[in-house]
Amino acid sequence: MPVVMDADRMARTLVRIAHEVVERNRGVDDLTIVGIRTRGVPIARRIARNLFEITSEQAPTGALDITLYRDDLMRHAVGPQPVVRRTEIPFSIDGKKVLLVDDVLYTGRTVRAALDALIDFGRPSIIQLLVVVDRGHRELPIRADYVGKNLPTSTRETVHVRLQEIDGRDEVAIEQIEEVT
Amino acid sequence: MKATSATATAARSRAGGPPSDGPKTTRLRGKDLLGISQLSPEEIVLILDTADAMKEIGARPIKKVPTLRGKTVVNLFFEPSTRTRTSFEIAEKRLSADTLNIASATSSVVKGETLADTALNIMAMAPDLIVLRHAASGAADFLARICRAGIINAGDGAHEHPTQALLDAFTIREHKGGLSRLKVAIVGDLLHSRVLRSNVQLLTKLGADVWVCGPPTMMPPGIERLGVTKTTSIDAAVEGADVIMMLRIQLERMEGAFFPSFREYFAVFGLTPDRVARAQPDVIIMHPGPMNRGVEIASEVADGPYSVILEQVTNGVAVRMAVLYLLAGGIEA
Repeated sequence: MPVVMDADRMARTLVRIAHEVVERNRGVDDLTIVGIRTRGVPIARRIARNLFEITSEQAPTGALDITLYRDDLMRHAVGPQPVVRRTEIPFSIDGKKVLLVDDVLYTGRTVRAALDALIDFGRPSIIQLLVVVDRGHRELPIRADYVGKNLPTSTRETVHVRLQEIDGRDEVAIEQIEEVT
Repeated sequence: MKATSATATAARSRAGGPPSDGPKTTRLRGKDLLGISQLSPEEIVLILDTADAMKEIGARPIKKVPTLRGKTVVNLFFEPSTRTRTSFEIAEKRLSADTLNIASATSSVVKGETLADTALNIMAMAPDLIVLRHAASGAADFLARICRAGIINAGDGAHEHPTQALLDAFTIREHKGGLSRLKVAIVGDLLHSRVLRSNVQLLTKLGADVWVCGPPTMMPPGIERLGVTKTTSIDAAVEGADVIMMLRIQLERMEGAFFPSFREYFAVFGLTPDRVARAQPDVIIMHPGPMNRGVEIASEVADGPYSVILEQVTNGVAVRMAVLYLLAGGIEA
């Protein structure tokens, strides 16, 4: 399982992206940050910290669980329901810029669900998407505004973004999916 | 995302996260929620955790998620109910289900139709879930056996009222962090109460120390076999209690004399400020409603600082959303 990004590289990547966010938005005025559960949340916090170091301004940061907006709910004949976790967006996003953060961009379906969910919270002036890895294979017309690393993959592979806060170490690795037949 | 197996869905839907990050396969067994007796402690915790996430939706400007779009839920109420029926209806609407209310006073039931016939006619309209309130114990189990739809028991006679017990547990957990080793005193009409039966089972499953208290005429024989301490002294029951749960005197279910007068009942079993003072300083006071003020509970206690009675109503919606969501995955499409 090749590691394609180590801890140092991930840290530098998140600093670089933070600078891109400041450049594109000319600062962080009216910027809010929303991480998609699970791994988008710690990444969002790190971006917020990096933005604070650059601008000395604190952008409000929240967590979004997209389970109730998934397009594959109730599609299986009989099956378990995915576990729903709490959404925490304790600030208004009305008229604000929202920086949506996730670990991996793949089919685009998670982001589509997140966009629907966000719009139920208000009418942001703009939504921008930040991902650590874009691995291709989109099934919806969605693209990221900030990408840590473009990683061409096959659908037989999975991309693991591991984070200190959850997995005990920072790295991005590619692994083969074990065939279940 | 075509789900051919759980692993494939997990790997694909969360954009390639590790399997441990994918949707957990924790689920409720079976298509119905008939009573607390059928639930394992893990299933109870799953419902409470899911309700925790659902509660946030009620605080949003747009209190609606698209989760149960295209699902039909029938609220079939053969007994008067305002609180439980409206609570279920709000929960269904917040999840975007289509809802249909059938109350006994307006249905063919008054023309003599049996429960089975009513149910079969409703089934012909292919609902996904039926919420049933009925005066006969076991009505929900009966319906579950003859219906393909999932059945949620919203109270059957003096048997069970599982969503009430779940919302009570949710409210206790919010205040106390958990249920294990809490002293919970349940006081009132123990004989006619389905809320008691469901609550005793849930609380003991999660490790609470449950005390039940009521007049000897309203004490179900053998209740101590459910793992509770019984007493006829309210002072002993509330002494050092973390939670006091008052039960309604159910006048409509009583045939015959169970106590001399309301005034005497209040004097011996009513929850007064003096009795509340015997409990823990951070005690919470609960009541499933509707209250008989001045019979089982003093007004100044019901409206006082320890009362969480209105929070119970708010939490009822979140808990019912959780049950609807979790059961909707177990129905054949």
